[in-house]
Amino acid sequence: MPDTQSTRYTIAFAAAICVVCAALVAVSAVGLRERQETNQLLYRQKNVLLAAGLVKADESLSDRELLAVFDRSIHVRLVDLRTGDLLPEDRMDARTYDQRKARSDPAASHTVAANAAQISRVPNYGAVYLVVDPAQRDRILQLVIPVEGVGMWGTLYGFLAIERDTTTISGLTYYDQKETPGLGGEAGNPRWQGLWRGRKAYDENWEPRIVVIKGPAGPPAEDPHRVDGLSGATITSNGITRMMQFWLGKEGYGPFLKKFREGAQT
Amino acid sequence: MTSTAVFGKPQRATLLTPVVTNNPIGVQVLGICSALAVTTRVDKAVVMGIGVTIVTAFANLAVSMVRNYTPSSIRIIVQLAIIASLVIMVDQFLKAYLFELSLELSVFVGLIITNCIVMGRAEGFAMQNPPWISFLDGIGNGLGYAIVLLLVALARELIGAGKILGVVVLPVTTDGGWYVPNGLMLLAPSGLFLIALLVWLLRTWKPELQEED
Repeated sequence: MPDTQSTRYTIAFAAAICVVCAALVAVSAVGLRERQETNQLLYRQKNVLLAAGLVKADESLSDRELLAVFDRSIHVRLVDLRTGDLLPEDRMDARTYDQRKARSDPAASHTVAANAAQISRVPNYGAVYLVVDPAQRDRILQLVIPVEGVGMWGTLYGFLAIERDTTTISGLTYYDQKETPGLGGEAGNPRWQGLWRGRKAYDENWEPRIVVIKGPAGPPAEDPHRVDGLSGATITSNGITRMMQFWLGKEGYGPFLKKFREGAQT
Repeated sequence: MTSTAVFGKPQRATLLTPVVTNNPIGVQVLGICSALAVTTRVDKAVVMGIGVTIVTAFANLAVSMVRNYTPSSIRIIVQLAIIASLVIMVDQFLKAYLFELSLELSVFVGLIITNCIVMGRAEGFAMQNPPWISFLDGIGNGLGYAIVLLLVALARELIGAGKILGVVVLPVTTDGGWYVPNGLMLLAPSGLFLIALLVWLLRTWKPELQEED
């Protein structure tokens, strides 16, 4: 038994414990990474389906069932956000494209003018999830676009689903957000997200018009451009308004939606 | 601890006393912070209970295995390194196998590191006892924690949301039922009330636990 109180032994012991602990942590992190990434992708796909109303929030589907619904009803494409053109499908694999990674890669993104949403870089290519008729896959029923922007504590990531007319909102989800639970965190509540359904994203001049107000808004038919505010979460509400204005605007998916609307591409 | 049996009387006692008579929350009053945070829903409480049980058991085992080689000057930080590694592993495992639950629990799982039960048992028990009995002590304390969590979560989810494990038991008025949910139950203070109630009940049932004042 060595002298456990000597300085040399203490240092050696600390080093040994560190090496063993580091090895265990590294093995578990690396060994499980593939599964974790699969989970994250699946979770995003699930949220696309939630936004499009193809699955319900309280429905529990197995991973395989979820993927089956996704494959049947969703056609993922990439859009060149600078021009609004769809990218030819053989250029890049849209299903494995990581938009969040692309945004922080200088080679795959570009800077945009100062804006209220405080977004400084936008990826060159953005994913668009075309919701198609399973029986007739070239018939597009809805468009789902990713939206992201800062709220109170961090970035909210979500999906906005719009009808073929490119203005009627058919659904919204937030799948990653760090807002205060019970206040801004209610952005993740399916009940609040349901209030978006049927409202109009653009006004008659095709400017982004949808806004989260303070207090309650009327029913969609009478009050098409306004959504109930999140009580006690003005900053989150404003952040959501700004991110919608941005992503529906000319630096976001605006050009693509315009071209789609005018029938340049289907 | 003279018994040589693998699972004799002292081992059973070590495993079972922390579940009721020496309950970490009810009697030792450890680990209250996370007990308030993760008891709004039963599924969260179950996963947290299992997580803490696994971490406490294996932390006790590892700490006890190296107890005779650990220089006393750095023993606390050695325990922390072991506990932190285990917690990270549990978190990674949750992200890989229970992804949607991990989204809500990740914050609290990280906080198992600072859960006083784990540190308390490592320093107070595992440093003086052999590995097997320490492992049982860890499981016992983890279970004691889990049971309290489960009881509190059952009450909070039922009274606060009318559900148990997400299944509607009392149909709430907002969904067309008759039950007006008590929103306070979903906020942290109610956890404090319920745990205080449990502590009181436990000490009424077993008066020998009462401290003299």
